[in-house]
Amino acid sequence: MSIVDRSATELRKLLATGELTSIELTRACLERIERHDATIGAFLRVDAARALDQAAAIDRRRQAGEPLGPLAGLPVAVKDVLCDRDTITSCASRMLAEFRSPYDSTVVGKLKQADAVLIGRTNMDEFAMGGSTENSAFQPTRNPWDPTRTPGGSSGGSAAAVAARMAPLAIGTDTGGSIRQPAGLCGIVGMKPTYGRVSRFGLVAFASSLDQVGPFATTTEDAALLLEAISGHDPRDSTSINQPTPRYTESINKPLAGLKLGVVPEHFGAGLDPEVASSVRAAIEVYKSLGAEVKEVPLPHGKYGVAAYYVIAPSEASSNLARYDGVHFGFRADQSAALAELAAERQELIAAGKTAAADNVDAPLVRMYRSTREAGFGAEVKRRIMLGAYALSAGYYDAYYLKALKVRRLIRRDFDEAFQQVDLIVGPVTAGPAFKLGEMVDDPLAMYLVDLYTVSANLAGIPALSLPCGVTKAGLPIGLQLQAPPLAEERLLRGARMYEAATDWHTQRPSLGGAR
Amino acid sequence: MALTRADVEKVALLARLRLTEAELETMTDQLSQIVGYVDLLGEVDTADVEPMAHAVEVTNVFAADVVEPSLTREAALANAPRHNGRGYLVPAVLGE
Amino acid sequence: MSEQPYTTVIGLEVHVQLSTESKLFCRCNTKFGAEPNTQTCPVCIGMPGSLPVMNRRAYELSLKTAVALNCTIPEFTKWDRKQYYYPDLPKGYQISQFDLPMSADGYLEISDPKDKFAPKRVGIIRAHLEEDAGKSVHDEAAGKADSEIDLNRTGTPLLEIVSQPDMRSAAEAKAFLQELKLLLTYIDVSDCNMQEGSLRVDANVNLHIEKDGKVIATPIVEIKNMNSFRAVERALEYEAPRQYREWQETGRQLGEAPKQTRGWDDVAGVTRGQRSKEESSDYRYFPDPDLAPVITSAAEVDVVRESLGELPADLRRRLSEGYSLSLYDADVIVNQGREFADYYLAVAGASGNPKSACNWVTGPLQRELKEREQTIDSFGLPAQRLAELIRAVDDGRLPSTRAPEAFQLMVDKGSDVAAALAELKIERVDETALVTLVQELLAANPKTVSDIQNGKFQAAASLIGQAKKKNPNVDPNRVRELAIELATSLQ
Ligand SMILES: [Mg+2]
Ligand SMILES: [Zn+2]
Repeated sequence: MSIVDRSATELRKLLATGELTSIELTRACLERIERHDATIGAFLRVDAARALDQAAAIDRRRQAGEPLGPLAGLPVAVKDVLCDRDTITSCASRMLAEFRSPYDSTVVGKLKQADAVLIGRTNMDEFAMGGSTENSAFQPTRNPWDPTRTPGGSSGGSAAAVAARMAPLAIGTDTGGSIRQPAGLCGIVGMKPTYGRVSRFGLVAFASSLDQVGPFATTTEDAALLLEAISGHDPRDSTSINQPTPRYTESINKPLAGLKLGVVPEHFGAGLDPEVASSVRAAIEVYKSLGAEVKEVPLPHGKYGVAAYYVIAPSEASSNLARYDGVHFGFRADQSAALAELAAERQELIAAGKTAAADNVDAPLVRMYRSTREAGFGAEVKRRIMLGAYALSAGYYDAYYLKALKVRRLIRRDFDEAFQQVDLIVGPVTAGPAFKLGEMVDDPLAMYLVDLYTVSANLAGIPALSLPCGVTKAGLPIGLQLQAPPLAEERLLRGARMYEAATDWHTQRPSLGGAR
Repeated sequence: MALTRADVEKVALLARLRLTEAELETMTDQLSQIVGYVDLLGEVDTADVEPMAHAVEVTNVFAADVVEPSLTREAALANAPRHNGRGYLVPAVLGE
Repeated sequence: MSEQPYTTVIGLEVHVQLSTESKLFCRCNTKFGAEPNTQTCPVCIGMPGSLPVMNRRAYELSLKTAVALNCTIPEFTKWDRKQYYYPDLPKGYQISQFDLPMSADGYLEISDPKDKFAPKRVGIIRAHLEEDAGKSVHDEAAGKADSEIDLNRTGTPLLEIVSQPDMRSAAEAKAFLQELKLLLTYIDVSDCNMQEGSLRVDANVNLHIEKDGKVIATPIVEIKNMNSFRAVERALEYEAPRQYREWQETGRQLGEAPKQTRGWDDVAGVTRGQRSKEESSDYRYFPDPDLAPVITSAAEVDVVRESLGELPADLRRRLSEGYSLSLYDADVIVNQGREFADYYLAVAGASGNPKSACNWVTGPLQRELKEREQTIDSFGLPAQRLAELIRAVDDGRLPSTRAPEAFQLMVDKGSDVAAALAELKIERVDETALVTLVQELLAANPKTVSDIQNGKFQAAASLIGQAKKKNPNVDPNRVRELAIELATSLQ
């Protein structure tokens, strides 16, 4: 077994005992990236020199007997949406291709504090909008299990990096399923914590009331390790929850006695791939064999989740992305070209005697904004900005935005009632395994419906996790989703670990063209 | 509900996006399709339901009124597409 | 003044900068006058990933103001994003309050300028907390069509106070602004410095015209760019007849034309139409997901109310009722500001003579302040000293005729009463010595004596000048009294 195949928890022990140095581990990961990332495209930028410097410093400090953080020497890949001081945070957008944040996001700061090695920045759908990582302005990412297929998204780069063992741990963000869905499609563990558990400070916003940062790992124990390091109250984020972080790593191996598991009948309706359905059902049987009581719980408003989500998320996005106007930071379209074009348009109209129309031509500033945003954003981002601006505009606010917020409350109530009866809800994370690259690019609605099983947790703010529960005949991983009440991450992780300990799906890994 | 081309043009100006003729057409179709799906929300009875704007129920979050260091001007302007060392530069705000 | 054929209807929208050290959502300094773009950070530049956290003091100051404006304070309030594009608004939205502001339905009592002491209530629709934008400077001298943006002011806390359209004249609008400014400075929430932009006023004005027994309302015009209270007054004085002329020409009524914005040109003394921003009318407000709502209990509001201290209107009442001042005098003292009123109260208390204290502070003292361009807190004569001076007059040590000299000396040299009396050689004249003096004068002026004896008492006045020549400290009244008394007794 190669070093890169080991879990972060195992690596941590090897590093602690001195059997392994961080330099060796970091080199192994960098080599792995070197060998496979030309195909996979998981990373946007890898700063090998910086990673090796960090690793060397940690090794030195370890030798000197200095106290080290919980992630000491472990490479962590970070989605290119969390600010890392003085380096580029592009959000996979032309708009921020050269944006260097003058500050650290809280999560990146905590990773540095925990002595992690920041090995590189992973690819994503532009501004985290998408479910396939094809909306990156720079490159697509391919699924390590089948390079003709998507790793899912929007955190596809982080998921692919961990699945391909280019890094033992990675950070993603989940607004409507962007951690759980790619984790499911890439056969790894991915978790969206309770909204407010992990600080959003320095996370470039997509939809502020839904965005959460979370871990990717190959095992639930590793996910617990990373979550513990990044969680906690942050006075710089007004929506951060002021509660202590439990020691997830200490409790994760304690099985949940008398576990009551909820199954939602609607989750097994038409549209669910039969192989996925049977894997999920088999997983439920495993839980039964472990002593869990399984109960049906209705989530009657679940079917409105995607509709509510595709009002709320674009509305917030249209506002959050208004700041990219080419004035204070980021890309600006060629100003003189835009202004010359504008002057020509006006001349033409005046020459044609259309003075009123000439007066209606954009002011120079408006033209600068519009051409900057035209060139700086990709199609999906524009689509969502348009959708959001429409839903918030005069005459539509009540019917769309306000209505969606009310449905959101009903979705949350459904969960509250369900969790009166059960400890966790179990079900599929996606309707099918990884789809082909390009398969849905021209059908945005079909792409949005991929989020069917995941968006409700974001709307309700509850924690949810995806872990491997099978592989299709075609060799593609299948994910199992567990959902828990707010702040019950500990229960969620212990429940997931019970299943993981009883099965070996998490040990399956992609062959990466035979390079095992 | 279907959107008209004029709706899309109006929203594009509100959102400060410029769309080509072709994009306008595709956008009109796609947005109509998505909004048509979203109209599903109309069938939910939401009488007496309070809107839920936040995923957490935290209230009264404040910081103390204490001055902390600002960015240097150089750092503040470093990411600006155009500046003169004192301020951000944009095409004339006043006048046409 | 001839009766106008219309009533002017005025509502004001006032933006007040709250006196905090740091900005509303970040901890950058709010100090005025710094070099451009030296008081900014990722939050107020709106950089990707940055998040706002509300300044507690800003919230407290707004609450205090809202309570002082007699507003209702709802239990729940939240912040919304008001969205529009402008280079001085780096996030593309302003964090403000839309449908659930922190306060509503208040009023401010003003004195009707036409009937000085008849109180009038101007309704307050709402007062809400929001962030300021930055500044755009158009540099024409550089010959380039570029504007320079300074974000130092971006994110400064503002309280937006919106009045009901309750004012009926330019003078009333000015009185409202003066009273509002007074209130805000009394409760110490803002310095209200218009030059530094701490107080900004927009006015909404239209006319109600009576015609054939019906009242016609003209379209509402918003007037901007008024940089002093005087400018507000002038702009409104200009605008009302202009609207009347326009109505006579077009006949357009409210609802028949979109709301127009006009800017006040202070040099030309006219309002001018501004090009409307046709696209920006749809602000797409929605609740800011980055900020937590604020819950304020009735008990907390009570605490604020009790801690407000005395408001200008209360103090006016106290001065007229408890200190027996005229409404006019009470108004003059209170309108000078809290420090001045406190000074008066100290003088009145220590001297035991509120009326005389009032005469001194509203007379000689105010003149001195004006001449020296000073405010009361830096004035060289402490309240206790002025009180001593009043006591010295009242107990006869200082003849009232010489009190102004003593006052001047005390102000100029910082001396106390004793020193001033010594320097001016003012002494109390012994009664027996004065009797002797008058007897001597009567002996030397038999004509005066006979005049007095014949009932021409005014003849006694001719002795006063001579008495003062012999002793400058004599009390002229006493000289007169004694002259009459002694001359009569000689009969
Ligand atoms: Mg305002
Ligand atoms: Zn700041």
